[in-house]
Amino acid sequence: MDKMPAWADAVLVPLISVFLAAAISALVILSIGENPLNAFSIMVEGALSSSRGIGYTLYYATNFIFTGLAVAVAFHARMFNIGGEGQAMIGGLGVALVCLFIPWPHWSLALLGATVIAALFGAAWAYIPAFLQAKRGSHIVITTIMFNFIAFSLLNYVLVNMLKPQGSSDPATARFPEATHLPTFQSMFSTADNVMFRNAPANVTFFIALLACVAVYLLIWRTRLGYELRSFGQSETAAVYAGISPVKITIVAMLISGGLAGLMALNTTMGEAERLVLNATEGAGFIGIAVALMGRSHPVGILLAALLFGFLYQGGTELAFWTSIPTQLIIVIQALVILFTGALDNMVRMPLEKIFLNIRKGDA
Amino acid sequence: MTETAAIELKGISKAFGPVQANKDISIKVMPGTIHGIIGENGAGKSTLMSILYGFYKADRGEIWINGKKTEIPDSQAAIAAGIGMVFQHFKLVQNFSVLENVILGAEDGALLRPSLNKARGVLKHLAEEYELQVDPEALIEDLSVGHQQRVEILKALYREADILILDEPTGVLTPAEADHLFRILNGLREEGKTIILITHKLREIMEITDTVSVMRRGEMTATVKTAETNPEQLAELMVGRKVLLQVDKVPAKPAEPVLEVSNLRHIDEDGVERLKGIDLTVRAGEIVGIAGVSGNGQSELMHVLGGYGHATGSIKMNGQELDLTGKHSDGRSRRDRGIGHVPEDRHHEGLILNFSAWENSVFGYHHGPETGSGMLMDIKAMKQEAQAKMDRFDVRPPHPWLAAKNFSGGNQQKIVLAREIERNPDLLLIGQPTRGVDIGAIEFIHQQIVQLRDAGKAILLVSVELDEIMSLSDRIAVMFDGQIMGERLPSETDQTELGLLMAGVTNPKELAHG
Repeated sequence: MDKMPAWADAVLVPLISVFLAAAISALVILSIGENPLNAFSIMVEGALSSSRGIGYTLYYATNFIFTGLAVAVAFHARMFNIGGEGQAMIGGLGVALVCLFIPWPHWSLALLGATVIAALFGAAWAYIPAFLQAKRGSHIVITTIMFNFIAFSLLNYVLVNMLKPQGSSDPATARFPEATHLPTFQSMFSTADNVMFRNAPANVTFFIALLACVAVYLLIWRTRLGYELRSFGQSETAAVYAGISPVKITIVAMLISGGLAGLMALNTTMGEAERLVLNATEGAGFIGIAVALMGRSHPVGILLAALLFGFLYQGGTELAFWTSIPTQLIIVIQALVILFTGALDNMVRMPLEKIFLNIRKGDA
Repeated sequence: MTETAAIELKGISKAFGPVQANKDISIKVMPGTIHGIIGENGAGKSTLMSILYGFYKADRGEIWINGKKTEIPDSQAAIAAGIGMVFQHFKLVQNFSVLENVILGAEDGALLRPSLNKARGVLKHLAEEYELQVDPEALIEDLSVGHQQRVEILKALYREADILILDEPTGVLTPAEADHLFRILNGLREEGKTIILITHKLREIMEITDTVSVMRRGEMTATVKTAETNPEQLAELMVGRKVLLQVDKVPAKPAEPVLEVSNLRHIDEDGVERLKGIDLTVRAGEIVGIAGVSGNGQSELMHVLGGYGHATGSIKMNGQELDLTGKHSDGRSRRDRGIGHVPEDRHHEGLILNFSAWENSVFGYHHGPETGSGMLMDIKAMKQEAQAKMDRFDVRPPHPWLAAKNFSGGNQQKIVLAREIERNPDLLLIGQPTRGVDIGAIEFIHQQIVQLRDAGKAILLVSVELDEIMSLSDRIAVMFDGQIMGERLPSETDQTELGLLMAGVTNPKELAHG
């Protein structure tokens, strides 16, 4: 009765939010003396008009899909996993170990092995905060944030003291062997006389991200485990009544969440850099929170939100390249989108709900 | 008529979207009377009172107070007009003292001390006059529900309310607390205060009101003098058809024991012993009712039997010991052993309010055959099964896709009941089956419980409504302070004896005969 239709909630609200963010961004760009329309067209051109631009956009989107799904799964069990960043870093460590120390005969096998290890490493990093939450009641937000710092320091130590090639001053591993290099979009979609996605980092991991969307959808809405997870997220007392163990669900949800975050390393470390660098995650773990919020913790929404943020990342880079708009301002634009789609969601929803109610009243 | 009405509502209408919550309602409440407003959940009682208290603005209609037309745009205006409201869910600051709560929003100046001192004096006076004793320095969180309610009444009186509105005041009270409340209300009436009592309990209306108005589907269907009516007539006015107020059942035929509890002890998280050696047997084909003031261990007993809550002692189900502390001490294992459980608190235990009805209809049984046998749950089968259950239990509206929170209390309870009964359990634990449930649904729920008994199942019933215990049970066990004080047959006892047992008197018969 007092609700607007589901499509309006799922489509109209985010669209209007993005539009508002764009409008304010335009004002900001105007205020430093640049033309916002021009800036917008550079962003669109840079991110969407060439297959190379699209290749970059999809590369970034792949990261955000994984971290967005990670946040969403934990969120369904009413836990706020802020630790995607750290879990992805440790996932990257796993990927590096697998690629460097196992002589893979073919990239497909290497990808399979790396997928398993990246998920295991990410999950393992999420396990400690999960255990502390489940058994000791230490708040998961606090512990996962702290574990981001620990992950960074740990990675730093491992890279500098163990994995860095002799003589190198760069805190990074050696390049992975040829057999572990993943097919890029360029190699997959180009023909002899038509090169597509030239030099773009998008790679086969994008399809793993799509598979992950499907898997998370099935997990959350079609399996008994997903049912228990959602039940626990809605009401712990009811879950206990139904015979669902809070300890088990807390830990399992965080393991899956950490595993998904860990999978992001496939894209950055194995797909793009082909070696492990210190700052491979580049804040994608945090963007995942905005992506999950904007996507309403639903895989389809997360996919769309991840594409939007991929566009913002790639478009923003182009903007910095072609105009005098400083990079800081591009971060401001991205932050505005996060602000409007995530935090100020209700600002859009409530007036919209009123409008819908009035329309319906008019009909009745 | 020479006397002016304390409150007169003329043609009040209010719609929420397409729903007409109040339709052209007119009532007159005379000063110095208790006026009952009765109706089922969703009949529009609360909306009407919210309009009177300034929470909603009526689409049409007028409010007259003491013969003067009054606009009430907000609650400040209502207070200024001398109206006080005691909500069903108290609006108290838990970690403030009683005094601080009373003066909150009615402070006299920037400094608190003068207000506090003044309030202390007023409270003392009110306490003596109306039996409204509460320790003014106590924190709200340390008070019982009954005392918290007194603070709400004090708050209204401190603001010099002449008209007091109480919304379902006894819903959370024990019988003794309810009796005390009624004494307070009587005292207030004698002082010339006007009281509007909103309730769905017929007994309260008959007991205390002078006049009663009946609401049904947003309309005022009748206003009658309480002395000139009877519960049957009121029930019919409320529901719109004849209602059976008595439970219709044949004598029980108890067979072999299904549940055998002996020396059951439970210590809660704070280290307090909540169950102090319970011995209890429930046989196939009988309803055993547990009477008691709430908070005497009934909830803990249900939790332990339902599988959540560790305990020592022994519980035998069909002759086999149940695990009380280990791996098999959870809800799922209990269900596997044939124990169904309709929990006391359907909002926090029995249902996930944001889940659809079909998702709720397998809650707790989601590992069972209801969800199919594959890796993925068989959603289509679940929806069909939910639809069938909703049809059989007359859940309205019969839409499996609707979220549980959108059903009325009675229909929510039917969803839970359908889920547990249709599983055909050997033992059904059922707590507060009709709390917050309207009369029409109560009749149906009682019939279902009796039918299950007649099908040879064992039923353990916990209720704080003594009427319900008396009319449904074949045997009554009274609980006090974590112990069973005694067992009685309904035919051989009365409310007085049970009331004494509930208060912890070990041998009321001897006491009565001196």
